[in-house]
Amino acid sequence: MLTLEDWTAIALTLKLASLTTFILLLIATPLAWHLAQTQGWWKAPLNALVALPLVLPPTVLGFYLLVVLGPKGWVGQSMQALGLETLPFSFTGLLVASVLYSLPFVVQPIQAAFSSLDRRLLEAALTLRAHPLDAFFTVALPLSKQGFLTAIVLGFAHTVGEFGVVLMIGGNISGETRVVSVQLYNHVEAMNYQAAHSLAALLVLFAFSVLLGLYYLNRGK
Amino acid sequence: MVMLTAHFQLKLEAFELQVQLQLPATGISVITGASGAGKSLLLRCIAGLESPQIGYCQFKDELWQDSSRRLFLAVYQRPLGYVFQEACLFPHLTVQQNIAYGRKRVALPQAQAHLELVLALLNIKHLLHRKPAKLSGGEKQRVAIARALAVNPKLLLMDEPLASLDQAHKHEILPYLRRLQQELALPIVYVTHSPREITQLADYLVLMEAGKVLASGALQAVLTRLDLPLAQSQRASSVIQAEVLAYDAEFELLQLKFSGGILSLPHTELAKGNLLRLRIYARDVSLSLQPPRLLEASPSLPAQVLAWVDHSSGYTTLSLQVGHEQLLAQLTRKAATLLGLKLGQTVYAEIKNAAILS
Repeated sequence: MLTLEDWTAIALTLKLASLTTFILLLIATPLAWHLAQTQGWWKAPLNALVALPLVLPPTVLGFYLLVVLGPKGWVGQSMQALGLETLPFSFTGLLVASVLYSLPFVVQPIQAAFSSLDRRLLEAALTLRAHPLDAFFTVALPLSKQGFLTAIVLGFAHTVGEFGVVLMIGGNISGETRVVSVQLYNHVEAMNYQAAHSLAALLVLFAFSVLLGLYYLNRGK
Repeated sequence: MVMLTAHFQLKLEAFELQVQLQLPATGISVITGASGAGKSLLLRCIAGLESPQIGYCQFKDELWQDSSRRLFLAVYQRPLGYVFQEACLFPHLTVQQNIAYGRKRVALPQAQAHLELVLALLNIKHLLHRKPAKLSGGEKQRVAIARALAVNPKLLLMDEPLASLDQAHKHEILPYLRRLQQELALPIVYVTHSPREITQLADYLVLMEAGKVLASGALQAVLTRLDLPLAQSQRASSVIQAEVLAYDAEFELLQLKFSGGILSLPHTELAKGNLLRLRIYARDVSLSLQPPRLLEASPSLPAQVLAWVDHSSGYTTLSLQVGHEQLLAQLTRKAATLLGLKLGQTVYAEIKNAAILS
């Protein structure tokens, strides 16, 4: 069955996915709100930029992150100048990569929810003495609950499923960057199919439950 | 006394709002005009929901907006209530929570006793624990009105609040509006294109066309101005104030006295001394040159011809002075010609029907 190494990888994956989802909610909410409201020329390019990780091979994203964050990249050099460790092959680096990689999966459902909001409800809140920010938290957010739930589930699940980006930027360090998908790869490389089966089955079960949950969630709308 | 001074200039793509307006401090001011005249836009400007290029808005002694001084009080800082065309209730909150939403955000909310009165007036006490989705259209709109009043506004703005309702629900709400205004002594600015709502509610009338104010003034004065489209329409009407004089139970006739004479109207009994507003359609007034014979069922009233206008549909609308009131009468152009009317001439007007509005 599952080894200690496997459990470490599972715990790490869950930690990574939770933190990624949390950070993404903080970033995606204002971003999605802006995208849903703005009529500016930058709306289309920004939308395209956010959606980029959907179509790019994860290795491309991982490669550029490695270049930019690495000791010779401009972020890496500035971090070294500040006396900080560079990000590649660290959990933090993996976190940064995951946030970028899963961004569209969190932004898009929230943006869709915000776009379908009835603007007049927000205006009604303003005429009832609510500050715009107050109206956002008491009217826009509760009415977009469905979009947020979808975003959380998709963001979390998609982070659990990442592989290419991890290999490029995180490598294969136990307890630091070795997530479940990489551990599975290791088992297969070592011809340990029995161990691979257990992990793979677990991921299949996880993915199925997530999609089933989403289905029920959207049906309850 | 002026309550609201509003100057706005707002350019949208193919439309320009250009308004200079003063509204009186009391009663219901109705803004009307064809759709696309800019009446809702004007109301949104007053509320601060639009940001016009040039804007000045003063409510009593409070300056809300003056673009020349870069002053702009945001919507949520203006002491007003707003009722939208659709009720716009928050679907995730119950009726009670909807009403509480604004109420808990103001320093001086409507006193509990006052709120109780509003809930009773609007007949929504039994709905408090329901979600908006479980309400009928009329109920939703009544809740929306209560929600706007609960913040204890100094001015109530209503944007076609009855337009989305069917006829039955309109009748359900209209009577409440007058009573609300009277019981709460709250000035109301009300946008509508319905002639019925105008005559029933307005004390002051503003007529808009293509983003500009075409005419404004006391209801009677604007209704009877022959140069305006209101008087030239098939549904032209005038409004008079009358007092209940007596009731004839045998024929179920109400005797009403106004400055021009006495009217009798089939109706249920009303208490003597009651002040009523009557709407008289121009087509329900007929004219003759002969003084009335005695013992006529509805005696004609002496009236002076003030002016008339021929309009395209083969009709002529006349304005008549009857006592202190002005009445409109509509005849076919042929009938008017055969009468051979002259300005200032005395004629006899028979009022064939009148509707009691309040």
